[in-house]
Amino acid sequence: MRAAIPTLFILVLMILAVSLLGVFGSPLLLRVVIGAMINLVVVIGLSIFIGNSGVLSFGHASFAAIGAYSAAWFTLPITMKKIFLPSLPAFVLSTQVGLAGGAAIGAVTAAITAAVIGVVIVRLSGIAASIATLAWLAIVHSVFSNAEALTKGTSSLVGLPIETNLFVATSAALLALVVAFVFRFSRYGLMLQASREDEAAALASGIPVRQLRLFAFVVSAAVVAIAGVLKGHFLGILAVGQFYLEFTFLSLAMLVLGGMRSLSGAVVGTFAVAAIGEILRILSSGFEIFGVEVIAMPGLREIGLAIMMLLILLVRPMGITNGRELTLPWKRKAANELPITNDQIG
Amino acid sequence: MNFALQTAIDALSVGSIYALSALGIGLLFGIMRLINFAQSEFVTIGIYILMLSAGVWFPLAALAAICVVVVLALVVERMAFRPIRTADPATLLVTSFAVSYLLQYSLVLIFGARPIGLDILPELARPIVMGSVRVPRIDIATIGATIVLLSAFALFLRKTRIGIEMRAAAVDFRMARLLGIRANRVIAVAFAMSGLLAAVVAILFAARTGVAAPTIGLELALVGFVATVIGGMGSLVGAVFGGLAVGVVTVLLQAFLPPELRAYREAFVYIVVIAVLVLRPQGLFRGAAARERV
Repeated sequence: MRAAIPTLFILVLMILAVSLLGVFGSPLLLRVVIGAMINLVVVIGLSIFIGNSGVLSFGHASFAAIGAYSAAWFTLPITMKKIFLPSLPAFVLSTQVGLAGGAAIGAVTAAITAAVIGVVIVRLSGIAASIATLAWLAIVHSVFSNAEALTKGTSSLVGLPIETNLFVATSAALLALVVAFVFRFSRYGLMLQASREDEAAALASGIPVRQLRLFAFVVSAAVVAIAGVLKGHFLGILAVGQFYLEFTFLSLAMLVLGGMRSLSGAVVGTFAVAAIGEILRILSSGFEIFGVEVIAMPGLREIGLAIMMLLILLVRPMGITNGRELTLPWKRKAANELPITNDQIG
Repeated sequence: MNFALQTAIDALSVGSIYALSALGIGLLFGIMRLINFAQSEFVTIGIYILMLSAGVWFPLAALAAICVVVVLALVVERMAFRPIRTADPATLLVTSFAVSYLLQYSLVLIFGARPIGLDILPELARPIVMGSVRVPRIDIATIGATIVLLSAFALFLRKTRIGIEMRAAAVDFRMARLLGIRANRVIAVAFAMSGLLAAVVAILFAARTGVAAPTIGLELALVGFVATVIGGMGSLVGAVFGGLAVGVVTVLLQAFLPPELRAYREAFVYIVVIAVLVLRPQGLFRGAAARERV
């Protein structure tokens, strides 16, 4: 782990630098930076499971939803709860906690749920596991869309106290980073990465692959849940649709664009997508070029983002970081202990 | 009895649409391990083409939809997937997602996000009355079209040279290439065929729902992935039966769940999916490619 300390240092500095942009930028930029920090928590959470185990998960948006809603049941002001969600249990209706308490509740609820469904998912491997997580997401989405009493169904739950500020979001991102870092470079993280490279060999060496995958799944679910809680208390509003396929694929795209095999990839990918998105947002709100007025059009920003993603993957199929950790130039070998193998078809 | 018959026909017709979706996805998955999210937009764009050609003689409109979607599939293969064909599955997946995102928001840009009604072949909406059973013509048309298409497909895969090459590639792509099968050609034909399947699904689905919206193909694509995997990865027969099974389970749940649980139908469908995956991780039909090699 010691050899990788410079990596942690560099990533912390990157996060702080982006955070400073928010401190000194316009109110709009501040919102963008907070949003990027929340996304970073999601992507780091994803990388704890996906990056180490190599199993793609489409299901983590469900944990963001579970975290966000279970926190909201406790953080909503009591008077509002009685109007919006009157059929919550009495003890929930009569308690109110702050954002920290809400985050703890959200993380624990998501972790418990993840432990239950995770037992099923880690029995599978490869694409079957990924599709099982997708099925799980569809189940949670269906339940949350219809459970009027808990989520207000397809209409939005409003009135969450807006408590996620830049400090909170940045702290959460740093916390997620440290958790992910410690796990990744711990004995268990390395064992799990070994199973990613070669499952059969890892099992033959006595690595308890299923247990490690389950552990990583639960931890990553808890981290993603915290991001969900922050998101709810950043926007002040929760809708079930926020945590479905678009959420899943945008966060996966950030991870893969950065390079899903490294923690640096998660950070780089998230910030790259945030930066591209912000530039495109400015461009697509209308501008003048050589006397030709380009008017604002819905969808333009997403189209630009998609094209950028395609171009990046075309040039660097393994992601911007190529799956390596950022580190000091003379430590590169030590920080990337596992060789990059590339078992390709054809 | 009537109820049973009607439910059975309904199940078969929903299952047929799902089976065609799953086959389009399974074809690409088998050959290049690509989970093609853009399949959803292939269907959606087909529906928009039908919407645009409202009033045109139907066979012509259908032909237009098929041509546009097949060409689109070939273009996507050439531009987006061919350059990164050897990348790992996660990269392929995110690429397909980016393509899907690109196409979906292009539709938003051109047509707006709101659903647009369309009415192709209104005569299909009228039911055929047989005694006391009323069967919507669209169900008959769907089942018939699926049987014809699947038979043609089976013949193509078994009797033509390129079809046999595709089956070989689906079993072991590297080995197939070593034996002289041209990767570019096989993959291009696979994309063209998945485009063709998407266009047929678009026609059947549009006739059934009568709506064009930028995200309308999404649900079909989701079912397609799930069906491909529970059917057995790399097995095309598996994909078809996987799709059929998901459709049948969906309709049966709709028919037999108590009314207060009916809203949660999707959740039950996917619980069944997870159960199948756990009981048979290799899928209902074990494709030869499913064996993980050490």
